[in-house]
Amino acid sequence: MTDEFDRSGILSVDEKSKDSTIVFGFWMYLMTDLVLFASLFVVFVVLRGPEYGGASIKNTFDLQYVFIETIALLVSSFTCGLALLFAREGNVRGTVSWLLATFVLGAAFVAMEVSEFSRLLAQGLAPARDGFLSGYFTLVGTHGAHVTVGLLWLLAMVVAIAGRGLSRGNMRKLALFAMFWHFLDVIWIFIFTIVYLMGVL
Amino acid sequence: MNWQTLIFGNLSWSVLPENAIAWFGALTVIAGVLAVVGVVTYLGRWQWLWDEWFTSLDPKKIGVMYIVVALVMLVRGGSDALLMRAQQATSVGDSYGILTSTHFQEIFSAHGSIMIFFLAMGFMFGLINLIVPLQIGSRDVAFPFLNSLSFWLFFAGAALINCSLIFGDFSTAGWLAYPPLSELRYSPTSGVDYWIWSLQIGGLGSLLSGVNFFATIVKMRTKGMNWMRLPMFSWTVLGSMTLVIFAFPILTVTLALLYLDRTAGMHFFTAELGGNMMMYVNLIWAWGHPEVYILILPAFGVFSEVVPVFSGKKLAGYTSMVFSVWAIVVLSFIVWLHHFFTMGAGADVNAFFGIMTAVIAVPTGVKIFNWLFTMYRGRIRFESPMLWFMGFVVLFTLGGVAGVVMAEPPADYQLHNSLFLVAHFHTMIVSGVLFGYFAGLTFWFPKIFGFKMNEKWGIRAFWFWLIGFILAFGPLYLLGFEGATRRLDHYSSSLGWQPLFIVAGIGAISIAIGFSCQVAQLVATFRDYKRNRVGNDPWDGRTLEWSVASPAPSYNFAALPIVHSRDEFWEEKHGASTQEQKFEDFSMPKNTGAAVIVSSFVFLLGFGAVWHIWWLVIAALLGATIAVLVHVFNEDSEYAVSGAQLAHREAGLQYPTSL
Amino acid sequence: MRRSTIVLLSIFVLALAAATFLYVRSATIAVLDPAGPVALAEKNIIITATFLCALVVVPVFFLLFFFAWKYRADSPQAQQSHKPDWDHDSILAEVIWWLVPAVIIAILGVIAWNSSHALDPYRPLESDVATIPIDVVALDWKWLFIYPQQGIASVNLVEFPAGTPVHFYLTADAPMNTFWIPQLAGQVMVMPGMTTQLNLAASKTGDFNGFSGNISGKGFSGMAFTARAVDQQTFNTWIASIKASSTPLTQEAYIMLAAPSEYNPVAYYDLAEPNLFGAIESTYMNPGSAMPQVSQGMTVTP
Repeated sequence: MTDEFDRSGILSVDEKSKDSTIVFGFWMYLMTDLVLFASLFVVFVVLRGPEYGGASIKNTFDLQYVFIETIALLVSSFTCGLALLFAREGNVRGTVSWLLATFVLGAAFVAMEVSEFSRLLAQGLAPARDGFLSGYFTLVGTHGAHVTVGLLWLLAMVVAIAGRGLSRGNMRKLALFAMFWHFLDVIWIFIFTIVYLMGVL
Repeated sequence: MNWQTLIFGNLSWSVLPENAIAWFGALTVIAGVLAVVGVVTYLGRWQWLWDEWFTSLDPKKIGVMYIVVALVMLVRGGSDALLMRAQQATSVGDSYGILTSTHFQEIFSAHGSIMIFFLAMGFMFGLINLIVPLQIGSRDVAFPFLNSLSFWLFFAGAALINCSLIFGDFSTAGWLAYPPLSELRYSPTSGVDYWIWSLQIGGLGSLLSGVNFFATIVKMRTKGMNWMRLPMFSWTVLGSMTLVIFAFPILTVTLALLYLDRTAGMHFFTAELGGNMMMYVNLIWAWGHPEVYILILPAFGVFSEVVPVFSGKKLAGYTSMVFSVWAIVVLSFIVWLHHFFTMGAGADVNAFFGIMTAVIAVPTGVKIFNWLFTMYRGRIRFESPMLWFMGFVVLFTLGGVAGVVMAEPPADYQLHNSLFLVAHFHTMIVSGVLFGYFAGLTFWFPKIFGFKMNEKWGIRAFWFWLIGFILAFGPLYLLGFEGATRRLDHYSSSLGWQPLFIVAGIGAISIAIGFSCQVAQLVATFRDYKRNRVGNDPWDGRTLEWSVASPAPSYNFAALPIVHSRDEFWEEKHGASTQEQKFEDFSMPKNTGAAVIVSSFVFLLGFGAVWHIWWLVIAALLGATIAVLVHVFNEDSEYAVSGAQLAHREAGLQYPTSL
Repeated sequence: MRRSTIVLLSIFVLALAAATFLYVRSATIAVLDPAGPVALAEKNIIITATFLCALVVVPVFFLLFFFAWKYRADSPQAQQSHKPDWDHDSILAEVIWWLVPAVIIAILGVIAWNSSHALDPYRPLESDVATIPIDVVALDWKWLFIYPQQGIASVNLVEFPAGTPVHFYLTADAPMNTFWIPQLAGQVMVMPGMTTQLNLAASKTGDFNGFSGNISGKGFSGMAFTARAVDQQTFNTWIASIKASSTPLTQEAYIMLAAPSEYNPVAYYDLAEPNLFGAIESTYMNPGSAMPQVSQGMTVTP
């Protein structure tokens, strides 16, 4: 079939319904990610028992350190919300600055996590040591990988908004990014509670 | 680490096939690929393929590509089945058959994985792509690019699993690769990694499709199509996609953890150092049982369309049918433990899961009654889709009885992992799923191509499949009772099993003839397409897909229909409802090759991960990421269609009928 | 559908039924020919469940072919009786569809509950005779049977007195297997690092085939064994002769035995290491302990 239609102009046909479809689809994606994390939580809990070597790590968790990590991520969620507010007002500058703030906080979170991991590795607490450590590194690491992907997405957003401004497409992606970022926050709350708090107490 | 490992990972000359049969497999793949490339080059059709098919975001074309790949995979999986039948018919007493035990184990592992992931899933998503948007009165799916990406990921997975024929070996641990057998300690070659990565990539495609079609059905239904007017096929697809969304992430996690065990030395499922192999078995079946219903629900949907159309009647008990779909969806998540009653979980646990399993038979039975009472006082035309339905009811009901029997935990102790079990699930998946999809393909084929499939060869195929199936699997039920366990490459002659295995082999040959009839059917169909050409509504259809031209135009509906009743098109034909054609402007997605590029990178990533070629993994990951970002931030992805122009065309348009 | 098709189909179905009937009459069908109380109870459940299902299946088949014949498009009757809009949306009909299978499933549910408890493989059989415990180890690729009370061990043959309850404790020093003697009792999984249990008894003497139902690697097809039920006298003699004339099963001998090998002949040992079974299981439990099994890849083919 040849080009049947005039493909020149882009019509904005029923963009509203398209927005709502995309947001709905993204919720569905988040649902699948939630199932993914739920599975990892189950695995972690199953392998946590002392007979699997679980006692080995408890004493090395530093709750204070993890608390600072948590704060960084929570605040980044807040700054991400601010970026979205500025974007809705059409303020490119405000949007970009708050996004960059979000990036800095997110990067700090990832950096702290990496240094926590390397501290454990230096103590010989490697994921290959026993089932508990495999579960710990994989659960926390998967969250960290998600945050890293989020950071990449964030950078791409900044470039796109700086270049093209707050176009309809960019607004849409920004809204999805905010959903993703808040979602990672929620997952982290669970990790903080189940892995760290319940691990130490 | 020397430079060779750095560049080639674990690849070396020694990974090439070891014996004649394996070489034959490898050369068949190579020859097949070369033949396709040669023919396309000779005909000068590369540009056409790329423009009209590979880069197309039209779900109907994506659907056709899915089904083509699925049928090729049926050939692969079917060849495996024939080899297995040959081995088991001959390897008795002093004879050890034609295959080594390791090779035999690779073959049955590949057979199961390929049939489920790359035949059944591919065929299912093919049919869904062909029909769901048309049936719900939509021009497209919710996320057209994602749909193309799903297909190409599926293709990449299929390509990767077949790579194992040439480079290295395949898993010998069965289609679900239970640890600790699938752990590095007992499976040190890359075979299990091939299994992990081809399923992981294909599964990712399925997951994306699940999200996509769920959103499509929820958000893209045309005006007036409220939930109780949704055609039954779309209902079952919605149920199936719900299961995909909840089940496939579990598979993703399970496969990833097994790979971490094997590659990073972790201890999720190992026998030692705190691993828990039963956790793997639980996880894989928490995905695996819903998977069965993911496949069967759309087949139920096909029959719920076929039976009313060929009986010339409304579907009986629509409300009940909808309710039973959702009963099955919910129940399918709380029965997984029946796959391992023999684990020794305790009487209470076993009894609970046994009862839940038996309960699923209720909504399924209700469906069968409703189909039967759709036939009641009808005018039934026994064309091939209806024949597949008849075969389905007979075999599926018997297979269902076997299922209910095995839902009783103590009965399962005797039948678990025996050939009785093998016969049971083949009955469900072949006569349930596959017969349903064959019926669906025959039924909807004219809507996509504008001509019917050859009926004579279709009927021949049906009889060879039906009788072949009975001969191939009937003996397996008996063998299970005689104590024959699954996956035996050899057995003692004193057991007296050989005659039944020979009958099963004859059945397999009959199925192969049935499939050959289907190939002949396709050849005859395309050869005589002019003679087979039909109008828009060749079967006296009931739902929206039959209201548009055949073949359906790329935009499906020039004017979006408004639905007033359940069988809208039927009501229109009988004057009970009328459409007001209102032409509006709309936009359609532009073709894009991004999905092909992303999936190529993902294929390389999988290949690198199988062979531990880490630079390739990193490069491919980078490539895929960049390709996705470039596509996502490209805002020039749609084109406009003018309603006025279309109205003009509709008035006197002849749709192009050639391909 | 043409008349000739129907005739041919009927002939096929009849021939099939006749062939199946004759085959079942002439062959020994292990699951349907139980030699012990557990297998007998399990067989009865299979039969009961099948007959209960038949209450639904027979009407379904009848209606399917009856409707198919009566309402076929080319029958004159179909023209008159055709009711295109009849969809029976009647509550009563729906209630019947749901209720009939539901009642049958409810009965099956009760059976499932009761039988799961009565036939729990962990539940010792009630008997006046003292139970014999036997430890079972699945190895690559043979079965090791350890008699802790008698102090002997055997490979690929397990012997016990008929009429005496046997309590198997099972573990593996190999990938997962299942332990199955179809004429005596259904399967139970056999896994490394865990112990599962199975109780059974033979009600008559004889040799019964035993199998593994779970793929465990290259030599899996050779994971077959014989379960031999004998009278008490023969059993005592058997034990005594093994104790008198067999090689001792020490730690070293066990490591040799555990090395992968295929299609092993029957072998007997005098048990020199009474805690062998516990040691095998617990090596997988403690992080960091050494494996008893020798290195992979060393295959001994007898």
